[in-house]
Amino acid sequence: MKPRTTIVILLVVLLMVVMSACGNSADTTTTGASAQTTTTAAEAMGCSAGQVDGDLNFYNWSDYIDPDLITAFQDQYGVTVTQDFYESNEEMLAKIQAGVHYDLIVPSDYMVGIMIDDGELMKLDKAALTNLGNLDPQFVNMPFDPTSDFSVPYQWGTTGLGVDLAVVGEDHPYSWGIIFDPAMNQGHQVSMLNDAREAMGAALKYLGYSLNSTSLDELQKAADLIKSAKDVIVTFDSDNYNDNLINGEVSISHGYNGNFFTAFDSADNPDQYEYFMPEEGGTVWVDNMAIPANVDHPCTALTFINFLLDAQNGAQLTNYNYYASPNAAAKEFIDPDILGDTAVYPDEETMKRLEFIEDTGDFEINYTDYFTQAKS
Amino acid sequence: MNSGTRPKGLVERLLAANSWIVYTFFYAPIFVLVFFSFNDNRNVGVWTHASLRWYGELAQSHDIIRSVRNSLIVATVATIVSTVIGTAAALSMERFRYRGQRTYDALLYLPIIIPDVTMAVMMLLFFVQAFGITNNLLGTRIELGLGSISLAHIAFDISFVAVVVRARLAEMDSSLEEAARDLYASRWQTFRKVTLPLIMPGVAGGALLALTMSLDDVVVTSFVTGPGSTTLPVYVFGLVKRGVTPLVNAVSTLMLVASMLLVAGSLFFQRRSRATGRGGGTVET
Amino acid sequence: MSVETGPVSPDLERAAERAERRRGFRLGLPGFAYLVIFFAIPLVMVFVYSFATRSSTGKTLLQDWNLNSYRRLAESIVVQIAWRSLWLAVLATVICLILAYPFAYFIATRRPAIRNALLVLVMIPFWSNFLVRTYAWRVLLGSDGPVSQLTSLLGLGETRILFTPLAILIGLVYGFLPFMVLPLYAAIERIDWSLVEAARDLYASGWQAFRRVTLPLSRPGVVAGSILVFIPSLGAYVTPEILGGAKTTLLGSYIVQQFLAARNWPFGSALSFAVMAVMLAATLIYFREGGRTL
Repeated sequence: MKPRTTIVILLVVLLMVVMSACGNSADTTTTGASAQTTTTAAEAMGCSAGQVDGDLNFYNWSDYIDPDLITAFQDQYGVTVTQDFYESNEEMLAKIQAGVHYDLIVPSDYMVGIMIDDGELMKLDKAALTNLGNLDPQFVNMPFDPTSDFSVPYQWGTTGLGVDLAVVGEDHPYSWGIIFDPAMNQGHQVSMLNDAREAMGAALKYLGYSLNSTSLDELQKAADLIKSAKDVIVTFDSDNYNDNLINGEVSISHGYNGNFFTAFDSADNPDQYEYFMPEEGGTVWVDNMAIPANVDHPCTALTFINFLLDAQNGAQLTNYNYYASPNAAAKEFIDPDILGDTAVYPDEETMKRLEFIEDTGDFEINYTDYFTQAKS
Repeated sequence: MNSGTRPKGLVERLLAANSWIVYTFFYAPIFVLVFFSFNDNRNVGVWTHASLRWYGELAQSHDIIRSVRNSLIVATVATIVSTVIGTAAALSMERFRYRGQRTYDALLYLPIIIPDVTMAVMMLLFFVQAFGITNNLLGTRIELGLGSISLAHIAFDISFVAVVVRARLAEMDSSLEEAARDLYASRWQTFRKVTLPLIMPGVAGGALLALTMSLDDVVVTSFVTGPGSTTLPVYVFGLVKRGVTPLVNAVSTLMLVASMLLVAGSLFFQRRSRATGRGGGTVET
Repeated sequence: MSVETGPVSPDLERAAERAERRRGFRLGLPGFAYLVIFFAIPLVMVFVYSFATRSSTGKTLLQDWNLNSYRRLAESIVVQIAWRSLWLAVLATVICLILAYPFAYFIATRRPAIRNALLVLVMIPFWSNFLVRTYAWRVLLGSDGPVSQLTSLLGLGETRILFTPLAILIGLVYGFLPFMVLPLYAAIERIDWSLVEAARDLYASGWQAFRRVTLPLSRPGVVAGSILVFIPSLGAYVTPEILGGAKTTLLGSYIVQQFLAARNWPFGSALSFAVMAVMLAATLIYFREGGRTL
């Protein structure tokens, strides 16, 4: 026994030494390929507009892009697009950090900031993005990407509540209270997003705090609030929240506006359902297209971004997924019903109550931990 | 077992009733699943009328076809490699004595005992580091994909094959091998003509088990998968989490049919080889 | 050993033994090497990672080695999750045992021809895809699924079992029942019934004979089956994810969360390692009690 245990101990020590040595060189990341990056992302390779250098590996949220657009791109440029899907920003980041190679990803606002700081995004070659001028100036040089060098807005929207009017009634309160307030939530069945920032954010807003709070005390109160509502919260789901509402599994569902509208349209009785932004406020978010630093086919990725920036393609995207487009030139091609819907394009008054999710740096992990605590 | 020891009367009836319940428990969900795959309604639990539309959608889905292809590639590679290595390992443990066997014994049992989440975590960490070091040293761009999935599957399949073959070797009458050696057969001849035919059911059983484990695996695969290398169970898992439509039922039904064909095939093969005297239990004297 | 006539030189015998040992070692070498590289080393890595630090953005820093992750294992939330998983796994094992024992006994006491047919009927679900079988319950247990429709018909109103711990339990029992049935059947089938007969001859009642002869003789099967159900149940991930609705956090989901959502690999590694250590301990203890190996 004795020689064997010595060998095992030696092996462990040796392994730790080897891994520390590798870990401390160049960067302290565990990613494989981007060894040359330190604080800035790798320089973009020179790509010209419309150039392709191979097939596209596209990592996106599920049900977020019109399959017809994918087909159109494939036909126009003669490449194949392979899609994989993720459920949350963190899941996507975990895979990217593990060194998996994707050509194009769609991180949300705060995630773009995190990835830029970590050197995980490639600087965009603006020369290849000829349609960049189509963007609404409001969505250029945003706080999470001040020089707009690493990301291009994709779609933006809000996170609120979808309800089944047959169950909650036409004159229901327009508040997060229909989930959290025992006086209002009786007999309801609720689905909340399985996303720490969104779910905790809803609770924080209801309590009157900012959803970017960096106070452990406020987070604890939010977690306790969610926990206290566990009787009515049937499930935490970031994918089926709209379907579950339509097929009667839940009567109140927390989710993203565009997905709700797609589901309402396919329901037997669309007027039975409603999406609204609670009066306490909530999240406004913008998802962006970005290229990971360890990209295999940067030119194809840039061409795809440019393809989606085209006015008509941008409009087709909105007409498919019912989210608001950051593309000013696309407005003339968007379905007027969508343009006029304040649930998709909120008015000034509502916008004041909304907040973008911001990266809280070192504090960020507390959101995940408190959320797990609330869910248990 | 004779009439003196067989359960009788009330006990017998209760046992039979319990068995009916268990069989119903086993098969009812499967029948429901298959039944609803022919449902025209997008909502899985509510029957509208019969239709084949989901099967049509299935046939046209590039993603599904790709994941089936990936599953088959990985399962085939993993089964073949692990059966060969696992059988060799089993022989090594049961027919020989050497130093370090106890360590090997423990090492062979660990992958069976370990929870698959831990296994998934282990493989992810290993591949991230290994690929990182290789890429830095050699300038290659290896990443997670079908290769890493196959390597991971082989790692746990070897143990499953070894356990089954070892059981067979232990049961088998080793005096037959001795007899062959006494008759001047070389080691290789003994193996090919005596041992191998006798352990064939075990090897086949082990191979089948390895195949099933590989095709069933979700967690380990999803951790070490890369772009475009999704396997069928991982894809179905994603479908279930993303949006439950009868499309999943249709995929499931086809997977069930495939399993049943596999079982039927292996039974048929077993029966045939027993009839022709190859690979059956002990040799009749 | 082959029988030899006449004296053999001890040197020759020793050389022959050494050659045998080498042969055995070489035969097992591919498997051994593979498992060392692709199993033992990854396992050691998990162990090492459990002492690493997590950067503020979720990267793993292989420096500043510490015991933080292990200290977190004592936190109340971890204990809560662990306890819940343990409880669920024990329940699943016990229910499987209760269902499977009479079932296995029944099959083992049939005529050989019928026995084979009954076994094949058990094999078919066993070889079917686990994910598919678990998904089947998702269809059954929804609020407008067949189970709910059935209870409505019976006047009990709509039931929704989906997304509750009960759904997870049903899924676990359903998924792992074959793992309990097969070892039990193997053990019961192997019993020397003449012993039972002897007990009956000695005026033992049917029940007494069962309790004092059959049951103890079938213990290896009980042990093997229990382990084969308990271990995957404790670390289950797929079943809770599909049937549990993320409301009931169990160990499997909690660990996966650390690697995906929370990106806290050191803590996730510590959890994985701890769970494995517990299972290993349980298996060793149980084996000592049960005697026979798998």
